[in-house]
Amino acid sequence: MAQLVGDLSLAEDCVQEACAAAVEQWPRDGLPANPGGWVVTVARRRALDHLRRESARPGKEREAVQEQAAAEPDGSAVAGDDQLALLFACCHPALDPASRVTLTLRVVCGLPTASIARLLLLPEPTVAQRIVRAKRKIRDAGIRLRVPDPGERPARLASVLRAVYLTFTEGHSPHGTSAVVRDDLCEEGLRLAARLHRLMPDEPEVTGLLALILLTSARSAARADQDGALVLLADQDRSRWDRDRLDEGRSLVETALAQRRPGPYQLQAAIAACHADTATASDTDWRQIAALYSELLRFDPSPVIEANRAVAVAYAEGPAAGLAILDTLAASSRLTRWPQLHIARATMLARCGRREDAVAAYRDALALEPADAVRQHITSQITALAAAPAPTQET
Amino acid sequence: MKYIALLYGEPDAGPAPGTPEFMQMLGEFQAATTAMSDAGILVDSSPLQPPQTATTVRVRDGETQLSDGPFAEIKEQLGGYYILDCEDLDMALRYAAMIPSAKYGSVEVRPVMVMGPH
Repeated sequence: MAQLVGDLSLAEDCVQEACAAAVEQWPRDGLPANPGGWVVTVARRRALDHLRRESARPGKEREAVQEQAAAEPDGSAVAGDDQLALLFACCHPALDPASRVTLTLRVVCGLPTASIARLLLLPEPTVAQRIVRAKRKIRDAGIRLRVPDPGERPARLASVLRAVYLTFTEGHSPHGTSAVVRDDLCEEGLRLAARLHRLMPDEPEVTGLLALILLTSARSAARADQDGALVLLADQDRSRWDRDRLDEGRSLVETALAQRRPGPYQLQAAIAACHADTATASDTDWRQIAALYSELLRFDPSPVIEANRAVAVAYAEGPAAGLAILDTLAASSRLTRWPQLHIARATMLARCGRREDAVAAYRDALALEPADAVRQHITSQITALAAAPAPTQET
Repeated sequence: MKYIALLYGEPDAGPAPGTPEFMQMLGEFQAATTAMSDAGILVDSSPLQPPQTATTVRVRDGETQLSDGPFAEIKEQLGGYYILDCEDLDMALRYAAMIPSAKYGSVEVRPVMVMGPH
C-alpha cells in the first residue's frame, strides 16, 4: 500500500481507515471473498482521494504516484509483496541500525509503541523518537518502498530477519494482554518468514528462521491450559503439538544445516528441533541444547542467550551450575529489566532449596509488570512455595 | 529527486599526483562521471580548489567578518561534489559508490531540499 502511494504516513492512515470500514461493513454485508484484497482496494481508493484533494499542489512525484495507483487493477493487488517491500524499506542500511527493527515492528506489523519498548527492553520515548526519525528519513531521503535487487539483499537481511523474528516473539509471549499466545502476530511472523523464504530459498538463515518459527509455533496450542493459563514446556501435553509444523520445521533445519553456513537462526531452530524430537520432557537432551547455546553465543553474545544457556546447564548439570551463570548475568543492568531472568533464577533457587530467595526473585519478576499469563504463573509458584513442606535441596 | 554527493578525504589520502595510480584514479573519476552523464542523471559536478584557498564569511551584529580557510581543524576536507537527479536514494547510492573518493575517503549523499511555492 505504502509502495503504491509512496508515502508511509498516508498509507498507514488509509489502511487504518479501510480497516475501520471493514469492522463496520463486514458484519453487515458479510465477509468479502478476498478480505486482504478488499482492505487494499478500499485503502487505495482512500489514498487516491487524499492525493486528488492535494493535486492542486504541483510536483511530478505526486502525479507519478497517482498514475501508479490508478493503473493498479481493482482488488488484484498482492498485499504480500507490498508488505515485503515495506519490510525491506524499514530495514534499509541508510537507516540507523537500532531504528530498523523498531520501525518494522511499528509499520509492517502494527505493534503499539509500548509493546515494542517492552520487547526491545527500551524506554517508550526512545522507541517513539526512533520511529519518528526513521519515518522522516525514509520520506526525506527518498528511500523507495520496494523489494531490493538480489545483489542488495544480503546487506539488509540481518535486520529483516531480526524484525520478523521479534514479531513472532511478541506473538508467542505477548505483553499487555491476558492471552498466552497472540495468534495474529505469530501467524504474521510466520507469513513474513515464509514469504522471505520464497524470495530467497537458498539463504540458509532465512530457511533457519522459517524453521524456528514453525517449530516454536507448533507448540502454541499446548502453551495455555483450558483456563488460558501459561503451561511451561516441561509440563506441556506433547500430543497437542502440531505434528505437521514440527515435521516441516525439522526438515527445513536439516536442509539449512546441510549447506554448512551456520548462523543464529539455524542454531535456534536446531535447539527447537531438540525439544520437538523428545517424547517427554525428562528425555530432553539438555547437554546437546547447552552445547548449541554455546555455539549460538559465538554469533550472538547476548545476555539473553547466556540466560537460556544457564537454564540448559541447570538441567544438564544441576541447578547450582545454572545459578552461577545467572548470578553473573544479574550484574548486567540491562537484563535485570527482563522478567524471565528473575523467573529462571527463582526456579533454580527453589530447586536448590533456597525457598525465601526464590520468592524474592519471583517478586523481582512481578515488579517488572510481566504479561498477565506470566504474572499468574508467578503468583501460583509463590503460593506453591509457601505451601510446600520443608525444602529439599536438589544437587 | 535531486541529491548532492559531497566528496571528503584527508589531504594525503589516495595516490600522489604523478604516479600511475593517480592517473588511474583520474580515469575512475572520468568513468563515474560518464556513467552518470549517460544515465541522464548528472546535473552538475566539480572538484574544488584546496581548503587553503577558502575564505569564511560571517555576519555578526551587522558586521561582516572574514577569516582565512575553514574554521575548524577537520581531518576530512570537502574536495568536490556531484549533483545527481535520481529516482530514489538507492540509485544515488549506487552511483556515489562509483566515485573514487568513496574508496580513499567518504562520499556523503544528501537529498537536496525542495522548496515549495509560497
